[in-house]
Formats: sequence, structure tokens, C-alpha cells
Amino acid sequence: MTTDTPLLSLKGINKSFGPVHVLRDVDLDVRAGRVTALVGDNGAGKSTLIKGVAGIYPFDSGQVLFEGSPVSIGGPKQANALGIEVVYQDLALCDNLDVVHNMFLGREVKSGVTLDETSMEKKAAETLKGLSVRTLKSLRQQVSSLSGGQRQTVAIARAVLWNSKLVILDEPTAALGVAQTEQVLALVRRLADNGLGVILISHNMNDVAAVADDIACLYLGRMAAQVEASEVDNRQVVELITTGRSGDLGLQPEVAAAGGAV
Amino acid sequence: MSTVQQPTDVDVPAAGDTAGIGQAFRDYLARVRGGDIGSLPAVLGLIALVILFSALEGSTFLSIFNFANLINQSAAIIVLAMGLIFVLLLGEIDLSAGYAAGTAAAVLAVTLTNWGWSWPLALAAALLTGVVIGFVIGLLVARLGIPSFVVTLAMFLALQGLMLLIIGEGGTIPIRDDAILVIMNGNMPVWLGWVLALVIVAGFALSTFLAIQRRRKAGLPAEAMSVWAAKVVALAVLIGVATYLLNQERQLPNAKITIQGVPWVVPVILVLLVGLTFILQRTGFGRHVYAVGGNREAARRAGINVKGLMITCFIFCSTLAAVAGVLLASRDNSVSPTTGGAQTLLFAVGAAVIGGTSLFGGRGKIRDAVIGGLVIAVIANGLPLITQQSGIQFVVTGLVLLVAASVDAISRRRASATGA
Ligand SMILES: Nc1ncnc2c1ncn2[C@@H]1O[C@H](COP(=O)(O)OP(=O)(O)OP(=O)(O)O)[C@@H](O)[C@H]1O
Ligand SMILES: [Mg+2]
Repeated sequence: MTTDTPLLSLKGINKSFGPVHVLRDVDLDVRAGRVTALVGDNGAGKSTLIKGVAGIYPFDSGQVLFEGSPVSIGGPKQANALGIEVVYQDLALCDNLDVVHNMFLGREVKSGVTLDETSMEKKAAETLKGLSVRTLKSLRQQVSSLSGGQRQTVAIARAVLWNSKLVILDEPTAALGVAQTEQVLALVRRLADNGLGVILISHNMNDVAAVADDIACLYLGRMAAQVEASEVDNRQVVELITTGRSGDLGLQPEVAAAGGAV
Repeated sequence: MSTVQQPTDVDVPAAGDTAGIGQAFRDYLARVRGGDIGSLPAVLGLIALVILFSALEGSTFLSIFNFANLINQSAAIIVLAMGLIFVLLLGEIDLSAGYAAGTAAAVLAVTLTNWGWSWPLALAAALLTGVVIGFVIGLLVARLGIPSFVVTLAMFLALQGLMLLIIGEGGTIPIRDDAILVIMNGNMPVWLGWVLALVIVAGFALSTFLAIQRRRKAGLPAEAMSVWAAKVVALAVLIGVATYLLNQERQLPNAKITIQGVPWVVPVILVLLVGLTFILQRTGFGRHVYAVGGNREAARRAGINVKGLMITCFIFCSTLAAVAGVLLASRDNSVSPTTGGAQTLLFAVGAAVIGGTSLFGGRGKIRDAVIGGLVIAVIANGLPLITQQSGIQFVVTGLVLLVAASVDAISRRRASATGA
């Protein structure tokens, strides 16, 4: 492990929805220039964790450190201002708007009071070109007319459009074909190589093995383990996901067994 | 893993132009088939209705007097529908807009006639009434999260009562101020009508031309000049014919005074049409209105202040309703407890939906109000020439609204079927 301060550091995060205690004392470190894979079974709390980081809702308790200093992320705009971009699992696109409008939603380029459509369209075209997107007929197409994979690409393009420091992708390859998956993974790698921190949430162990530097595993709302990818093999990761422990790694047996109970 | 740079289809075409009129037409057809149907059914319906009525009752329906009448009858509904579009775009509804118009009209009448205020002050008071009503509705819907249907249903009742209280025992308050009366009863001089027509066509031609130039300069695909020219010519013909007709004498041959010229309410509606279209299509606020209507959660995650935006839209709606109220007061030369009541609101909602605005939110344009309002006025104007039974009129208007709502629902299904 490198000794420099992590880009993002979560300490003792708790989050409940009413009576449901979704996150319990979660710690997570994300380093710049590395891909951190966040894995865990359905309902483990992965999306909840990253939505808190994105400012969608506040954590109940715990500390968020960004570049070493404590921050409170009160809303999506504040997360963006820090340099955090998120590709949500449900993509969060507006079907009735076109590709360009979606990519710049909430952060439109303006000249005076009017929207600067030409410069937005140019910038969107450049970004999509950088992602090697080949299948869009027009940038002025409504998002409702795109295929699942195309929509996913638009959501990813929106996140890399900005000069960000931390890019979070929640199952970005779920709807993609083989070739597009390769491209997204290559992009994830490229982002990290350019010095950004990347959190990749995925259920696909091949994807994780292909690009991850670190692996963090949530088990029923607890952080079972955060390890370097090179230290574990596929079988251990799967064990961590399904039982919360693997050999010396992971939660103590009694904690893991008690996992679901309050 | 290395990235292979592949050629892209978003590559900017070298010439930067889309091919001529044929291509533009095919693109349009493709969009319509994809569910992006817009005002097409309303325009076709309008043409069909005009042909139908002129075939059945040609001389009367087509008379010049009737054309001016059409504008007079639809003006308030059009303005009311423009306001409703802001709320409909969010996927909300405002059932109280008709009585917001009535309340604002009552404020106008009382301040103007009973209190002797000057017309600018009285007008400001009427508009402010609309702002306050919209703010209250918006606050209740956005902050407390009460469904807009319920809030505005309550306001529908409350405003009706408020109106009675403002108007008082007298029942009807006359309007005598010339500046207010001229809006719906006066006409522009003939020459000014032509100047207006020229300004509209030239303004449209210039602004669209500059937009095309801007896109070309940026190396983006732009509309072909032939398509641009065709649009300008079509608009010029349409505006030219309308202006010519309105500039004809429409008094009976032996009458003393002459009545001719474009009604003053036309420039009022045009200014609203252009201004509000600008707000919805060219500003960040307008873009966010569509975003909230399309996917509220996505808009929130993009950092858009959804609640503030909803309140603003309800304020737009009620304030435009107040403008409609002023038009009603001007048309009737008075304000009574029925001003803005009866079918006013339903006709306005109908106008917006018939024009192509979706009840599901996220789809619609200000011009829908104009097209839909004209359809409703044509029905209201044409049917009495054929049958005296007002029952039939209601049934027909209801059926037209049903057809429009079905088109809305079907095109929405299409849009999602062609998508993911
Ligand atoms: N808004 C909410 N209200 C109530 N409960 C919620 C809410 N969001 C999430 N939960 C609950 O929190 C738990 C964790 O959900 P989360 O979406 O974070 O899981 P996940 O790890 O992302 O799962 P998946 O792999 O299926 O996406 C689930 O039990 C879910 O029911
Ligand atoms: Mg999830």
C-alpha cells in the first residue's frame, strides 16, 4: 500500500432508511491513480454508499475525508464542485431530452442568459469520440430512442466530460455487449492511469479481475475487507462476497454470522 | 489493455449540412413515427375542421368578420393554456387557473372602476394577484408535497369564493378604461398590421439564419438553406394571408364606422409566444423544466433545485392566468362572478393537450397553446352555424379532447417502445 493520503476516505459511515440499518461503520479508502472495485451481493449497500458520497442523501454518522480534509457533501452540486462524478446504476437520464442536453444537465454552458448549444454540442461530440462511441446517429437524438448500451455510454460520457478527480461507476457494464464492455473497462483503466481515483461497482468477477487495483467488499452493510487485488484470488473474493470472510480475511465469524441482525 | 481508436459516426460531416428538403421531410417523418409527434395532429385537425365547416356553411364561416371573432374568442384560452403548459410540463396540473384569471380580473375591476386607480397600477395589482396565487400553490405542492390535483382543486373552490368577496354584492363591475378595453375591442391601423407582419417574418428569417450560420461556423451539422427558405416562405404566406384578411373591412356595407385591422390582442399573444418560447427553449431554467418533467430524480441528482423550479412554474401559470383574466375583462367590458368560470379552464387544458402538450410531463411547447386554442375556437365558432344545440357542441369538444389525449398516450407508448 502506498502511504500518501487517500483521495477519498470514509470512516465509520452509518446509514439507515427508517428501521433498516443499511450501512454499519463502513470504512473505505480510494486512492488517486487506482481503480477500487466495490463488490458485494445484491442489497449489500453499495449503491447506498456511493449515493451518500454523491450528496444524494446525507449519511447518519461517520466522516468523509476528501484529499485529506474533512468535507460535508450536502448536495450533488457540492460533490461536483469537489470533482466527484457518478454514473448511477439507473443511469439517471432524462428520456425526453437529447444526448447533449443530458450530458450537460444542471451544468449547461451559457452565453449571457441563453444556452450555448453549439459549444455544448461540440464538446459532447469530442467526449463521445474519445470514448470511441460509434453507434449514435445524432447527438440531437432523444435519449428515449437509444438502446440500453447507448444510454449507458451517454451516462458514462456525462461523467468524464468534466475535469473530475474521482469517478464512481455503479455497474457501468451491466447492459453492454462484449465489445462495449471492453471499451468501458479500457476507459476505466485510462482514467486511473491519468491520475484519477475510480470506484467501480460490479458483480462481474472478470471485470474486477481485469481492471481493479484494490478490492473492497461489502457484506450486509459492513466492510468485510479492503485488499489489494494482487493479494487475493477469484475464489477468495467470491467467498468474501457470499459469506463475509475468507480464511484470515473478512469479518470475525460471530460478526459475519450475526450480519443481518440489528 | 489498449484502446483502439475507431472511426465514429458522431464525426462531424465535412460539409456540415443536412441534405435538402426531401431529407428534412424524411427525418421529420421518422421522428413522428418514433413518437415525437408534436403539433402535427392539431394542425391537421385544424385544417380538416376549417374545410369541413366551410363546406357545410361556407359563406358565414369563412366571412372575414368570423376570422376576427375566432381570435377574439380564443385569446384568453390561449394565454391560459400557455400558463398551464409550464405546469403540465412538470407532469402537474392547475385546476384553479380559470378562477385565478377570474380573481385577477376582479382585482382589476375593483381597483380600476371602484377605486379609480390608473390602469397601469390596476394592471400591476391584477398580475400581482396571479403571482401570489401561484406562489401559494407552488409552496403547498413543492414544499409540503401535496398532489397538485388536490391543492388546485381546493384553490378552485377557494378562489371562486374570494372572487365573490372581492366583487361584492353588486354582481357585475363594468370596465370603462379605454386602455384596457382596446386590447380586445380595438384594432391596429392597417399599415401597422403590415409592419407587424414584416417584423415577424424578418425576425424569424434572421434569427434562424444566424443560428444556421453559428452551427456552420462551429462545424456542426446545420439545416440546409433550401429547408430554411421553404420555412420562411411558408411563414410569410401564412402571416401575409392572415394580415390581409384582418385588414379587410368587416363592417356591414351600409355601416357608418369602419372596422378593419389586426386586433390589438394579436401582438400581445405574439409577444407572449416569442418570450415564453425563448424562456422554455433557450434558457437554463427552461431546460430544467423539461428535465424535471422527464425524470424528476435525475434532475435532482444533476443538482437542479426541483422545488424552487416547481414554485416558479406555478407562478408562471397563475400569472399568465391573470393576463387571461385581463383579456376576459376587456372582452366582456365587465367582470362578474362567472368570469373565468364555466368551461374556461377545461378549454385551456384541452387547448394545450390538443396542441400536443403531454399530460404525462416533459413534452410540449408554448405554440401548442396557440394551435390548440384555435382548434377549440374553430369548433365553438363553426358548430353553432350547423346546429343550435349546445349539447352537441360540448359532446364534440369533449370527443376532440379525448382524441388528443389518446394521441398523447399512443405517441408516448411509441417513444418508449422505440427506446430501451
Ligand atoms: N431509499 C431507500 N429506502 C429504503 N431502503 C432502501 C433505500 N435505498 C436502498 N434501500 C435498502 O438498502 C439496502 C441496500 O441497497 P443498495 O441499493 O445500496 O444495494 P446494492 O449493494 O447497490 O445492491 P445491487 O447490487 O442490487 O445494486 C437494500 O436492502 C435496500 O432495500
Ligand atoms: Mg446497487
